[in-house]
This record gives sequence, C-alpha cells and structure tokens, in this order.
Amino acid sequence: MLFTGLATPPTLASAARIEALIGNTPLLGFQRITAHLPPTVQVAAKAEWANPGGSVKDRAALNMILEAEAHGLIQPGKTTLLDSTSGNTGIAYAMLGAARGYRVKLFVPANASPERLKILRAYGVELVLTDPLEGSDGAIEAVRELAAQEPQRYYYVNQYNNPANWQAHYKTTGVEIWEQTDGQVTHFLAGLGTSGTLMGTGRRLKEYDPAIQVISLQPDSPFNGLEGLKHMLTAIRPGIYDPALADRNLEIRTEATYAMARRLAREEGLLVGISAAAAMVGALQIAEELAAEGEPGCIVTLFPDSASKYLSENFWVEGDA
Amino acid sequence: MANIKIPTPLRAYTSGQSVIAVSGGTVAEVLEDLTAQYPDLRPHIYDGDQLRSFVNVFIGEENARDQHGMATPVAEDAQLRIIPSIAGG
Repeated sequence: MLFTGLATPPTLASAARIEALIGNTPLLGFQRITAHLPPTVQVAAKAEWANPGGSVKDRAALNMILEAEAHGLIQPGKTTLLDSTSGNTGIAYAMLGAARGYRVKLFVPANASPERLKILRAYGVELVLTDPLEGSDGAIEAVRELAAQEPQRYYYVNQYNNPANWQAHYKTTGVEIWEQTDGQVTHFLAGLGTSGTLMGTGRRLKEYDPAIQVISLQPDSPFNGLEGLKHMLTAIRPGIYDPALADRNLEIRTEATYAMARRLAREEGLLVGISAAAAMVGALQIAEELAAEGEPGCIVTLFPDSASKYLSENFWVEGDA
Repeated sequence: MANIKIPTPLRAYTSGQSVIAVSGGTVAEVLEDLTAQYPDLRPHIYDGDQLRSFVNVFIGEENARDQHGMATPVAEDAQLRIIPSIAGG
C-alpha cells in the first residue's frame, strides 16, 4: 500500500477546490499586431480562458451561486440550477454545479456549437434545445416559461437580470486590471453579452479613476456571426445592462473579427474565441485613434475564451490556398 | 415552391415575414430569388457576390455547406432555414 509507512494518512487539507482557480487571470501583451503603435500606446488583454471552465463566465457563475447560497436560496443535493445560455455560462454552471452538488438544467439554442453541447453533456447537464431561428432570445423566453410554471422545482439563476453577475466583475476583474496595470489603465473595452463584464469592471474602474474610458462592443447588425455578443437594440435587453455607463460604443463587423481571429492565432500564437477577436478589433481601433492624435493610452480588454469551442467554424482557413 | 424560414434578426428586412416562398433549383438560385423579393436582405447575407461565411442555409436538417454549397439542389417542396449565430451569455 502506498501509505503503509505513514503514521497517519495524509489529509490534504490544503488542497485547493476548483473554485480557487477562478479569476486572477494573466494580462497579455502583444508582439506583432500592435507593432505599428508608438510605445506610448499599450494594448493588453485578460486571458479569461485560464479560468477552469475555460471562460470568463466562471466568475459570474461562481458569484451568482455563492450569493444564492448566502441567501439560503439553494441547497446542495436538493436544488436544480436553471438558466438559458449560449454555452459558456452553462459550462460554468455545469462545472460548479458538479463541484458543489447541484443538478443543472439549461435551455440552449439548438445551433450552439457542437463542441459546447458535447462539453455540457460530458458534465451531465440536462439540456433543452430551443429553436435555432429564435437564437438566444428564444432560449430566454422558453426558460422563463418553465421557471414561472415550476418555481419550487428550480432555482432560476437568471444571468441576464442577476446583479451578482456584474458584481463578480466589480469584485474581481476590475480590481485585477487596476493592479495589473499599476493603475495606468486609461481605456477598458468589453463585448456585450449579458453586459455583466462591462458593467462590473467598468463601475469598479471608474471608482478608481473616473477618467477611465469604458467602451462597449456590439455587432454592427442584428444578423451577425459574432457568437457571444448581443445587438442590444434588437435583442431582449438584460436587466443588468445600463447603457449610460459606457462612454462610447463601437460596432464590430463580423468579417473584421474573423480576420482578427486568424491574425491572433498566426501572428501572436493566441488561438482565441470569436468574442475575443472582436474585443481586439475594438482595442486596436481605439489604440490607432490615440496614436493618430498623438495621445498616450493603456488600453485593456478581455478575451472571454479560447478557440476550442469554435474550431468547427469555416473562417479559420478561409483564404488559405 | 420551396419555403425558406427567416430567423428573427432578419425579419426586420422581410416586412416581418418568417416564412417566404422562393423559387429556384439550387441554394444559389433560391437566395437570389429571396433577395430579389426583399433587396434589403442582401447586404446582411452577401459580402459582394459571396455568401457571408457565418450564414448557414439548411435544407431540412442538412447544412448546404456540408453538401454542395451554393450548388446544392433544392427540391420543389423543400423546407429551408437560414440559421443565425448565437448571442451572448
């Protein structure tokens, strides 16, 4: 036996739980994509795929679950967590639900990438696939209906309207960016999905320094290929979204994003997801504007996930011989 | 005629119509007919002459990209769908 020689078996009391791996992600700089910028204009991105569930959504999911536990709304072994998701929040619920003893039931549009559906099934999640023509909003409407019908049976986490979503970023992401830039950050950009990242990080950064510019990123059209981003004007608007927080909004085109995803992979070795590439399109636009005006800047954005869940997309090799 | 289902975000360009009767023997011809009926759709579906790379046209349960792309045959009574990508969360 392995432990025969030990007087007492090891307790491993200091071993970490998976929750301890969430947050404190690295801040990445760039070598080639930003090489045309003057040294006074810096661009950096938080590597959110370093979270154990593979995306930034681990932060919000953990905080929403901890808040519900703190208020006695959920109990391990008894509660089923319920929500709609395009994938990443669902994966975070699935991971944390398994780790903390909750069943998880998710409404997901049927056209979610096959990789995401496979990950969710691997965690043992109960999936309800909704009409792909209705997109994320169809999943939201369907889950609301079930939550209203059976409120005793489920805890509807409701990521789009749950303040604990944006508060996760207020408590963690905003603080990390301030510390990792030694308080030099001048611009923060994030894509809008639930809007939790922008709301929480933006509020925290503006508390540190009200001059910090907070910039939201949205698709340029309601019909787009920017999986993970919301076109707020035409979608069900999240209750946690306050459009007044952002100093500016940038509209991002799908084709520019796909080209940037290829550049990040091939010029920086960063194989990132679609919303990360959209964030880089926006960050580079701001950086180039500052450079043209002769202004300095420390521009920080966030790369929500890696490319691992988008590898079945066509655009990675478009234009290759 | 074949029918094509329009996803929610594109219905702003089809006068709110969710199902449109289209003629044509291939995916290319059907989309030409669709955008001739509703010209405002065209810039959302095409980039120049090319179908935008995120636009997926399904014939029944089959993605045209996995068949013969724009040359994929469309039967007289086919049910087509344009499937959008998924927004955040």
